[in-house]
Order: sequence, then structure tokens, then C-alpha cells
Amino acid sequence: MTPLETGLFGNFTAVHLAYLFKSIGWTLVLSLLAFALGAVGGFGVMLARISPRRWLRGLAMVYIEGIQGIPLLILLFIVYYGLSLYGYSLPALVAAGLAMMLYVSAYLGDIWRGCIDAMPKPQWEAAECLALTRWQTLRLVIVPQALRLSLPPTVGFLVQIIKMTSLASVIGFVELTRAGQVINNTIFQPFLIFSLVGAFYFVLCYPLSRWSEAMERKLNVAHR
Amino acid sequence: MNRYSLDFSPLLGYWDVFLHGALLTLQMTALAVVVGVAVGVLVAFGKGGRKRVLARACTVYIEIVRNTPFLVQIFLFYFGLASFGVRMPTFTAAVLAMIINIAAYAAEIIRAGLEAVPRGQIEAAECLGLSRWRIGWHVMLQPSIEKVYPALTSQFLLMMQASAMASQISAQELTAIANTVQSDTFRSLETYLVVAALYIVLSLFIKGLSALLGRAVFRRSRVVNQAQRPGRRAASVATAGGAA
Repeated sequence: MTPLETGLFGNFTAVHLAYLFKSIGWTLVLSLLAFALGAVGGFGVMLARISPRRWLRGLAMVYIEGIQGIPLLILLFIVYYGLSLYGYSLPALVAAGLAMMLYVSAYLGDIWRGCIDAMPKPQWEAAECLALTRWQTLRLVIVPQALRLSLPPTVGFLVQIIKMTSLASVIGFVELTRAGQVINNTIFQPFLIFSLVGAFYFVLCYPLSRWSEAMERKLNVAHR
Repeated sequence: MNRYSLDFSPLLGYWDVFLHGALLTLQMTALAVVVGVAVGVLVAFGKGGRKRVLARACTVYIEIVRNTPFLVQIFLFYFGLASFGVRMPTFTAAVLAMIINIAAYAAEIIRAGLEAVPRGQIEAAECLGLSRWRIGWHVMLQPSIEKVYPALTSQFLLMMQASAMASQISAQELTAIANTVQSDTFRSLETYLVVAALYIVLSLFIKGLSALLGRAVFRRSRVVNQAQRPGRRAASVATAGGAA
């Protein structure tokens, strides 16, 4: 039956809509989890990337290059199958959270390293003259200033994270995309359902995109 | 707890299958990138153009694609269109979805480059009597592509990774092949580790290739930059205070 025969909404009922709405919550939970874990990991990667120790810098670079070269889908499979083979049967949320932590930390670490690098060199030198330790310099001088610079790309990456969570559907985590698939399997109206799912993602992502752009414009104006 | 040890030997016999998958992924990405960038250029000009309706439509297209997951786009494109009776092979559907996706990202990147072209240069070209097409090609597009080339290449890399999602509509590429191999051999972790390594190799390959391509294509500007370098350095030092 084509959608034209069943009408545009066909068998799609309020129950389905409620199910989709509920799954948005899980998309948000996974997004926040991935962002929180990834931010912690990313901060570590960033610290390693700017470390005075050569081997640590090298290690961080290999990590970033490696993770950025692997699709998140493959990373998800590795974490999911890997952990279960070693006897840990984890809920899909944890597996997805861990895989996304690895992925997000590589990208955020790289983004934040760029922001730290953008800080003028005299800031470091002045801090050194004031006899601040390296850690104090970072904590009191560099990071607070770099934070302002890092906000637009970080919020922009948050949009990527929300979109990425759709991949957790492949290991059976019921978030927005998976919920759409489940409903589609029962009433087969893919066009309507995936349009709706897409619209929900758009509503989540678009304000963040605009916010990120607005902040970036403001920073650019300030720099001119 | 049961002990599990990695064993890659059952996968040895599948090396040609993996290689085939990697080639398919590369093929898909290349096709999507070439067509996608061409479409992206048109959209970028459309967005910056004088026709209000067209500019609006281009903006809407870019924003919709950039703010929804690629996976949902593939599903909508493949299953959604199929429900209207439009059926196509999975490979075609995947490549078309990739083109639609990358065109939007490329358009946004190229538009940023176009906006960075100094107004005076376009006016100068107009004064020299260059036609609109030649201004668009020589004065606007070429320098801006050159400027945003690094951003474009990292977008290509992301696209290559996103092509893994095509496995979800069972289009044949590296990830789909990995799914088949792991269900044949029951060595899922090893299979995905091998595939992860292959993806890393692929992305290094694309990185290297685009660096070479960039050096070959933007040769003229490299010569110009080198010739200007001593003078420019002095100038940049002079304006450094203002720029910072």
C-alpha cells in the first residue's frame, strides 16, 4: 500500500507520537552522557597534547589521529562486542556512552588544543615571570581566556554529538532513531516517520547551531 | 569470568573481501565528493546570490541537512522514497544520500570562502570588463576554494566515515562487508579491529592524496606566495598589534 492509499497519517496514532516523544529523552540522556564523559577525556587529551613531555604529546597525537580515522559506527561495534566477549555484558547505554566518550574526547581534545594554541605566547611568558607553576598558569591564566574562544566550536560540536547518538540505534539502544525504526516496522510508513524523526532532531540541533554561529560572530567582531 | 583471546587467523582468508570493501568505500566517497562539491558550489552561489527566493531555499536546504543525522537522511531517502514507489539499488541510494549531505556542508564552507573575497577585487574585475562568469570563476571561486581547502578535506574525511552508515541500508561497503565476515567467522571483535585499521589507512590515504592534489592544483598561488613572502612578513609584523 502506498501512503496515498492509506492517507498521509494512515495508522500513525497518538500512541506512536508519544513513543517518539519519550525516546527524545533518551537521545538527550545519551548526548549529555557522551558530552560529559567526552569533555573529561577531551580535557585530558588536550593536556597531553600540550604537555612538555615529548612522548606524551606523541601519544595524544596518535590517539587523536587514530580515533578521528575510525567511523563511530565501527568504534561502537568494537566497544559493544569487545566488552561482551570479555564477559562484561553492559546495557547498550553504557556501551554507547563509552564508545562516544572515546570518539568525542579525540575531537574535543583537538578543538581545545587549538584554542589553547591561539592564546598569545606573552601570556605564558608573563605567567612565568610571575613565578606561576605550569599548572597555575593553565588554571589561572590560559584556560579561563581560552574558554571564551572554545565556546562556539564546543557548542557546534554538541550538535554533532546529538546527531551522532542516532548511531546508538544499531546496538539496540532505543533513542529517537531506533524508536522511529520500531514504529516503522509495525505500521510501515517510512516517509512520515523518518520525516518526523528528522524534524525532532532539527528542533534539538538548530537552536544550538544558531547559538554557536552567533557566538562566533561576536568573537570575530571583537577581534576586528 | 571466561577468558577470551584475540585470534585473527580465521580472518586471513578474507583479505581480498576486506580489500574489496575498502575499494567500494573509496569509490563511494570519491563519487559523492566530486558531485557533492559541484552541487555545493552552485548552492553556495545560490545562497549568496541576488535572487531572494533562491537564496532562502539554499539556506533552508543547508540548515535542514546540517541539523539532522545522516542516518535519518539515508533512511528517509531509501525507505521513504521506496514507499512512494521510487526504488533504486542500495549503492545508488547511499551515494545519492551522501551527495545531498556533503553538498550542504561543502556549500557552507565554500560560502564562507566566497564571503572572504574582498569586495574591492570584485569591483576591480568589473572595471576591467570581465564577464560575470569569469568573475565568478577566476576572482571569486578559485581563491576561495584555495582558502577553504583544508576545511573541505576534513569534511571529505568525515564523509568517508559517514559512508559506514550506508551499511544500515545494506549497501555494500567496508562496514557491511565486516558485518558479513563477522557473522561468517564469529570473530566479531577481531573483524571490527581489522576494519578500524583499514579505515585509518583509508583516511591517511585520503589525507595524503588531498595534500598532494592541493599542492598540484594551487601551484600558481604557491609561487606567488613564495615570491611575496619577505615583503609580506614585514607587513604582517607591522600590523601584528592591530590584528591581535
